Amino acid sequence: MSATAWEFLTVYWREMIRFVRFRAQLFSSLLQPALWMAFFGVAMSSNFDRFTSAVPVPAGVVPVDYLTFMAAGVIAMTTLFTSLFGGMSLLFDKNWGLMREMLASPMPRTHIMMGVGLAGMTRSFIQVSIIMAFGILLGVQFFPGFPAGRIVLSILGIFAFVGAFSLGFLLFSSTISMRLETPEGLQGIMTLLTLPLFFVSNALYPIQAFPPLLQALSAYNPLTHLVNGVRYFALGSDFFAVGARYTYTTGDVLFSFAYLAVFAAVMYLLARRTFQRAVVT
Amino acid sequence: MLTGRHGASRQGKGDMTAPCMWCRTRTIRARPGVRKVAMEEDDIIEVRDLEHTFDGVEAVRGISFTVRRGEIFSFLGPNGAGKSTTINILTTLLPLQKGTVRVAGYDVAREAAKVRQAIGIVFQDDVLDRDLTVWETMEFHGRLYALPRDERHRRIDEMLRVVELDGRRDERTKNLSGGMKRRLQIARGLLTRPEVLFLDEPTQGLDPQTRMRIWDYIRQVNRTGTTVFLTTHYMEEADMLSDRISIIDHGKLVVSGTPEGLKNALGEDVVYLETGDDRRARESLRDVREIRSISESPRGLSITISADGSHCLPRIVERVRGAGVGISSVNLKKPTMDDVFVHYTGRELRDTGA
Repeated sequence: MSATAWEFLTVYWREMIRFVRFRAQLFSSLLQPALWMAFFGVAMSSNFDRFTSAVPVPAGVVPVDYLTFMAAGVIAMTTLFTSLFGGMSLLFDKNWGLMREMLASPMPRTHIMMGVGLAGMTRSFIQVSIIMAFGILLGVQFFPGFPAGRIVLSILGIFAFVGAFSLGFLLFSSTISMRLETPEGLQGIMTLLTLPLFFVSNALYPIQAFPPLLQALSAYNPLTHLVNGVRYFALGSDFFAVGARYTYTTGDVLFSFAYLAVFAAVMYLLARRTFQRAVVT
Repeated sequence: MLTGRHGASRQGKGDMTAPCMWCRTRTIRARPGVRKVAMEEDDIIEVRDLEHTFDGVEAVRGISFTVRRGEIFSFLGPNGAGKSTTINILTTLLPLQKGTVRVAGYDVAREAAKVRQAIGIVFQDDVLDRDLTVWETMEFHGRLYALPRDERHRRIDEMLRVVELDGRRDERTKNLSGGMKRRLQIARGLLTRPEVLFLDEPTQGLDPQTRMRIWDYIRQVNRTGTTVFLTTHYMEEADMLSDRISIIDHGKLVVSGTPEGLKNALGEDVVYLETGDDRRARESLRDVREIRSISESPRGLSITISADGSHCLPRIVERVRGAGVGISSVNLKKPTMDDVFVHYTGRELRDTGA
């Protein structure tokens, strides 16, 4: 009975038990994105579509309505929120003394954060699936005219982007949780981060009209890169929405993915350092 | 016949022929790596000059001790004496700052992973995930230690039977009583068949009946060959359970020994005699060397003895009878662990906020 490379699945298993067992949390996490789509999305789209219908659509470009445009943003936002708070369970583990059982076991400590990370990623996948299904019911026109094979590939592409992004933020959240004492502290930090990350991005509106500083900042925002990836896979490489034309080259999308992957890798190194030095008694 | 450490009953304790509780249902396989470096006189824990400081406060100030394979060893002391700090270092939860510590043949600083594989821990508070079931709690632990699936499931069944929780395997741990939670933790700590089981205040906050039951489990575990290291601030717990006790106070070891040895070494056994003629009885005992002083008390003559009172008592009785004085009652009061503690630390444990 020596340590194997698979103990992180143990942590994953427990996290998933918690996910389905905390009923209130489960339902709110599944309902929240649907509510965003149903209320914010429908309300905003009726306005935006009114403003932007005056802008002529260039010939040969697919026009995309606002609800469809922002559905990608809701996918990104939900992934951001879920991932930022995903490390919270570690904080509870630590405060309730449960962390000691894991730290005193022979399991390498990186498995704790990878288990939590994979569980958070799974939660995001479930949420994203629900948003897409519910969105399509509401009239979101994802995958316009795509053949079946391309739809499958597109979904996989969206999951790859969501996966890399959520892993990065889950590891970040885990690091913060290991260094903090109280859930209130985590809540404070995460709320502070959520606003700029969410609004200085292309999730809800085009960044073309931003002042130059915000535009530059948004280019560094991982959320912008996630949204780019989701829109590329869901809407295609050339479309027109909210009065602006969007074109993505393969290079753009690969760059966005690489950006998220590097972000996740840096967060992994940070988290590993924190976990290896953590002393919890 | 059973072989290996599970079959090895300790001499002078327990029944040599009692079936090993782990092995009843299965054959023992040789466990490679259990018999490793033979330490000096088979000491399973070896601590030398251990010191530990938290932000300039010295919690442990240079302690050394050894625990022998197969014994129950207690760390007795008030809260804040350094017990938890020591146990946290021994279990690799706190990094070693100064001194050397070897557990189960491995150095805690350099071979932490091997130490972790060799020990089991029962934490002080009820460290259980409230929303997991009893079985899931065990399963999680077994998987953390990478026990192979079949072996793991067999052992979980076995351990839950031992602590009589097999009827509650699907109960969430938040619904268990205090005693059941503690038993589940003991079962969990033993799931990996550790060479040493660490118990941090195992009966804190439990009612007397439950405590006795936990003590029975601890003895049962120990009889199968598992070394037990426990910390407690309950005098009678240390006294009842331990083969050897170390009293720790203000981060230092004050005294170590067997419970009997510690109490006898105080030399404060008191014999109470009710006689027909106290004056003549006193006269007859004048030249008994071990008697330190004699006074009259409401319970008759109170005789303080500087040696082991149980050995002096027959002679005292003979002398008094020999002088023709009748004895109507004899009482021997041995010092308790409380007396030992007061003697060595100068205060009562219960006054220290424990």
